Amino acid sequence: MLWACIVLPQLALDAVLRRLPDPGAPLALASGPTQLRTLHAVNAGAAQAGLRAGMRLAAAHALLPTLATVEHDPQAEARWQQFLAAWAYRHSSLVSAQWASCIVLEVRASFHLLGPWPRIEARLREELAALGFAHRIAMAPTPRAARVLAGLQDGLAVSNPAAMQALLDRVPVRRAVLPGDSGERLQRMGIRDLRTLRDLPRDSLRRRFGAELLPHLDRLYGDADDALSYYAPPDHFDARIDLGFEVESHTALLFPLRRLIGDLCTCLSIRDGGVQRFVLRLEHDVHRHDTRAHTDVEVGLLAAEREPAMLFEVTRNRLERVSIPKPVVALRLLARELPAFVPASRDLFDVRAQQALPWPQLRERLRARLGDDAVHRIAPAGDPRPERAWRRIDGDDARIDTAPARPPRPTWLLPQPVPLRDPRPRIVSGPERLESGWWDGDDARRDYYVLETAQGQRAWAFTPAGERDGWMLHGWFA
Amino acid sequence: MQAVASLDSLLAAQTLWHAGRHPATTRDGEPTGHAALDALLPQRGWPRRALTELLLPADGVGELALLMPTLARLSREGGTLALVAPPYLPYAPAWQAAGIDLGALQVIETTPRDALWAFEQCLRSGACAAVIGWPRQADAQALRRLQVAADSGDCLGFVLRDRKHAMNPSPAALRLEHDGDGWRVRKCRGGPAPTRAFAPGLH
Repeated sequence: MLWACIVLPQLALDAVLRRLPDPGAPLALASGPTQLRTLHAVNAGAAQAGLRAGMRLAAAHALLPTLATVEHDPQAEARWQQFLAAWAYRHSSLVSAQWASCIVLEVRASFHLLGPWPRIEARLREELAALGFAHRIAMAPTPRAARVLAGLQDGLAVSNPAAMQALLDRVPVRRAVLPGDSGERLQRMGIRDLRTLRDLPRDSLRRRFGAELLPHLDRLYGDADDALSYYAPPDHFDARIDLGFEVESHTALLFPLRRLIGDLCTCLSIRDGGVQRFVLRLEHDVHRHDTRAHTDVEVGLLAAEREPAMLFEVTRNRLERVSIPKPVVALRLLARELPAFVPASRDLFDVRAQQALPWPQLRERLRARLGDDAVHRIAPAGDPRPERAWRRIDGDDARIDTAPARPPRPTWLLPQPVPLRDPRPRIVSGPERLESGWWDGDDARRDYYVLETAQGQRAWAFTPAGERDGWMLHGWFA
Repeated sequence: MQAVASLDSLLAAQTLWHAGRHPATTRDGEPTGHAALDALLPQRGWPRRALTELLLPADGVGELALLMPTLARLSREGGTLALVAPPYLPYAPAWQAAGIDLGALQVIETTPRDALWAFEQCLRSGACAAVIGWPRQADAQALRRLQVAADSGDCLGFVLRDRKHAMNPSPAALRLEHDGDGWRVRKCRGGPAPTRAFAPGLH
């Protein structure tokens, strides 16, 4: 493996500068309590006037009255590091933002795709410059070595482990990014470079400098594996389209909606995922003093999907059922969960009609218009009471058991038993005594009969146990 | 010569029949599972890509028993069955006992207003092997739509309606009416309607 390290020496400052119209004007990041404001970082314009990081703010203002200051935000720095990790992810599948203000990525695997290292390096530099981030880049066989080399000299590249060890041997301990203050302490003890450090007895080093130093050295030289925490792309999708004008009709929303769905599906296919539940948020103008700033359209599917046409149609159906209370100024699509997508396997020689729609898509179309519970399947359940001997199945994945063997059952069941209207039904078979449910408060003691009515219908009716009157109709043998 | 050829083609297309002679029909119907009923129907089974109408005096006269063998076979072959707006709860143990693979049986609950739309969508999609519907308000025009949808979706469509509609014209390819004793063919595409009734229990 070969690791490139991109050191971002002034990440916090660049993040502020890139949104300013004139990055050359003197600017400083200030931090610390109100009584003791100090400069965290200064840009080139401020440095020219003699300002340095760590200087008191009052002194800086005395030197340069036109100095603009921006509050330093450590969280923003972490956010921008994540942003750059996402950017680096397109050049490599192994990216780590584990160490502050630098990004490490594995590049050897990318050589086939992007060309040799000089070309990749040029590309990284070009894109970072376009993004507006100052950077130093180095490459080495271990990530920690790449980090050390990037700190020493911009553009250093070593691909041979032996050459890297020779190079590292000459690195002064103060510049070797050792854990804690060990570098400074070793320097004061008269240890100049890493070679001398490595020659020292390991036991005494561990005693004096703690457990961290030796594993760090081993990983630096590639003698031990370095398990980094790798960057993973976020597990959600969030995109927003500003309409720029007020929209009050559904049809005008359909075009931006199609673009949002398209973006979502692109993201899904990159992640090789699907979407099962998302929210389309219609944002209203907030200047009018109303409580509701947006209207949410929830879209829930029974299985993960990523077909753009199908998602668009389902969303459109849901959208058209929502009344738009106020003009819409922006559309936002939020998908919190992007589950794995399993495409339906299809036979190569499957004969299908030209415009045939697979069942999942048809189901979602039906659910979009008829309601979320409109489509279901049925399965037998274990309870002997007829009203509990079956259950609904929503969604795809449920095992359907075989019902226990019982006397013939009707194909139609009435949701509620009703009195049978026929005055003199003919008894075909029965009774079947059914006595159950004393444990859950829904006690049933019934004698079931199969009856034939005057119209020729086969009915399934019951009477209270032991009686032959007061027929209650419970099903039809259709 | 020209006239003879066109007569043959007319006979082949079944637009012209020989009076008194049994018409030669393409016997490519979907077997009903009842040998006696197959023998009655000109296509020797349910007409494919078409609508079949069952006219009932009341619910529970054996209408599902008539369909069950076909539905069981289709579901076991992996086809999806859709019930659109059934009048009662389909009782899972009984359907399973009749041989239906319940994994393939989809129940669609709708309001009467949306039932026709859902019915047409299911027929037209091509995702279903058979669709059974109980439309409450279906006129000839709606049935015509369903017939066309069944044709384009390559699907067996079954409409179960009250017997009072028997007098109204219908574009369904096959109409069966239950008259208390058995099923009577009221109309069938591809031949004259047989006069004999079919009673499932007697055969």
